[in-house]
Amino acid sequence: MTEIIPERETAAAPVDKKPDVGPATGDGGLSAGDQRGSGGWWRGGAGESVRRNSALVVVLLALVVFAAYRRPDVYLDPDRAISNIMTILTQASAVGVLAIGMTFVIIGGGIDLSVGSLVGLASVWCTTVATQEFGMVGILFTAIVVGTLAGVVNGLLIAYGRMVAFIATLAMMVAARGLAAQISNKTTQVVSVSGINSLAETDILGIPLLVLVFAAVVAIAWVVLNRTTFGRRTVAVGGNLEAARLAGINVKRQTLLLYALSGLCCGIAAIILVSLSNAGASTHGEFYELDAIAAAIIGGTSLAGGRGTVVGTLLGVLVFAMITNLFILLNLQIEVQNIVKGAIIIGAVLVQQFRIGGLRKRRGVPASG
Amino acid sequence: MYATQRSSPASALPASRATVTPPPLPTTRHFDQEVPMSQDLGHLSRRGLLFGGAAIGAGTLLTACTSNEKGDDGSGDSQTVAGNSNSEPSKPVKIGFSVPAGDHGWILAVTTNGKAQAAKFSEVTFVPVESGGNDPAVQRAAVESLIQQKVDAIVFLPHEGDKLEPTALKAMEAGIPIINLDREFTNPFAYRTLIKGDNYGMGVAAGNFIAAELKKAGKTAPVIAEIGGIDFLPLTKDRSRGFKDALARNGLKVNHQVWADFTVAKGQSVTANLLQSAPKIDAIWNHDDDQGLGALAAMKQANRSEFILVGGAGSRNAMDTIKKGDTPLKATVTYSPTMASSAVAIARLVAQGRGMGDLAELQVPKTIVLASETVTKENVEAYLPLGFAS
Repeated sequence: MTEIIPERETAAAPVDKKPDVGPATGDGGLSAGDQRGSGGWWRGGAGESVRRNSALVVVLLALVVFAAYRRPDVYLDPDRAISNIMTILTQASAVGVLAIGMTFVIIGGGIDLSVGSLVGLASVWCTTVATQEFGMVGILFTAIVVGTLAGVVNGLLIAYGRMVAFIATLAMMVAARGLAAQISNKTTQVVSVSGINSLAETDILGIPLLVLVFAAVVAIAWVVLNRTTFGRRTVAVGGNLEAARLAGINVKRQTLLLYALSGLCCGIAAIILVSLSNAGASTHGEFYELDAIAAAIIGGTSLAGGRGTVVGTLLGVLVFAMITNLFILLNLQIEVQNIVKGAIIIGAVLVQQFRIGGLRKRRGVPASG
Repeated sequence: MYATQRSSPASALPASRATVTPPPLPTTRHFDQEVPMSQDLGHLSRRGLLFGGAAIGAGTLLTACTSNEKGDDGSGDSQTVAGNSNSEPSKPVKIGFSVPAGDHGWILAVTTNGKAQAAKFSEVTFVPVESGGNDPAVQRAAVESLIQQKVDAIVFLPHEGDKLEPTALKAMEAGIPIINLDREFTNPFAYRTLIKGDNYGMGVAAGNFIAAELKKAGKTAPVIAEIGGIDFLPLTKDRSRGFKDALARNGLKVNHQVWADFTVAKGQSVTANLLQSAPKIDAIWNHDDDQGLGALAAMKQANRSEFILVGGAGSRNAMDTIKKGDTPLKATVTYSPTMASSAVAIARLVAQGRGMGDLAELQVPKTIVLASETVTKENVEAYLPLGFAS
């Protein structure tokens, strides 16, 4: 079993970037079927993500233990512990949904710097006076459509306009924030439709609705990435664009769809933020792109594309949300919090570098390949 | 309709009557996000067509959804000074007006107030300059264009005092008096008159109010929390220091401190975490009413209301909430954008070489610091017209 794991590693992530290597194509484009066919895929897949993110799990557990040690009143009282954990999860949900979309984009070999601004834009657009007249449905619909369409624009610019993803989404980041400020006239638009804030106040079996939404997004994303051709194509396109194209994947369409997916996530995150704060504002989602990228990166998603897991990103998001909560519990300064976050990003990436380096050595693949 | 008489210790303008003009209705902004549902998706023709049609339909609906026109709502009002002995027209003057671009309702209110005040005076030509983005260089260029135009006075709210001080000095040397608004130049030669809010005083006002309320309620060893703005800004530090000092005079201290960056989303987030950290709180001072919207949402979500909440700045929304009285928000301490109205009124007097109405001096004073006033349910009616849309 242990010997099979590295094989899975390659199947999910063609480490080889050389365009002239044939097998990578097969790995990326066509292996979805045999993956399913080979017995024990579930254990193999799940084990792989846990192993890859074991460092992150350790960090998360260490944070929980440290928090429980410093604030036993919060963590050793079951009611307060559950309440606190639900708060952490709720606070993680908006950035979390963005980070999931970001994971797809980065696995697909791109980057989306515009997600924070698109959350701001969608939140403003869905809370204007005119939109609110349509009630709850109008707000939800507008947020989703604005986010997705902006993502489609990103995708068109990158896939068909041949713009570098970094530049195209940087431009979108600036423009969307500007447009959000323009529409809202730089004011905070309070929501008067009652359904929206009740989204944030609803619990189902003791779990906040927003956390369930986040969980659903994570679950769907896991299935899409690991069990569908869309997921396999994403990995293939990010792993080796040319090979994926030669294998018959419509790489342009795939790229477009990835940015549209990220935009859709922005719409969902905007709804989460609007329901939490009961308002739309052009400042919504400020710097979320950085948090989303950071969560994906420390979760093991490779900025070079072709490699990454949903579970890893989820852990990354949880680590950051946990730190934010912990610092408020300990009444510490923000500066220290940022230093710790930065240190965790560097630490997690270093650990992964060494693990992957070791893996390559074991498998006889040169680290430079 | 909105005319109200109020004594105005804040503006330090004698016997001023605040008249409120109806808001300039925002024009509907249209935005066509024409997404080229391109031919590249052509081979999906029927699906593509459906998708395209849906997108165009959605686009049309969305365009309609950017409208922010309101019916009778009073938010977005501007507040102006009028009706004292200084209101007699004198020689025509041109007044330049430069404030940085900002994404906060307060800055917007400063701009609308300044403009509305200028419109009150028939002999004043108002020359506002755009400062797109938060770039000091852009504002420098804008103010230099005002110097070129030889305006008679400039109301100047610098993005950063240090970086724009040379520009202000240049204007003063060219004989154009600078009315320094809110963010102070350190060099006294850089301005003719300074009019600013009192951040330290805001903290003091909030601290005094909270101390008095807790005393009234007979709370011993109360738990007090503070939701600040951006922790490293001097104004946030001044507010915190004032709050701490006022509490200390009453033998109280701040137990929990968080920062919400002046945004509504962050206000919700840090408050949610704060409420987890402290199972029982007696009083919270939140520096800014805009982030306070998020703070109130978080309190409602956590079902917590055992404390009193005091806001800061004095937004219209906060005042409405105080008036209704169904939330923990019991008061807000002002940092009023009406200072821009006063600044324009002062710029006019300075440019015309006149003194201020009821003062004995023949010229306008050098420094005016507004008092931070405490708005509670009892006096909220008088302040409502001054509330700005956050």
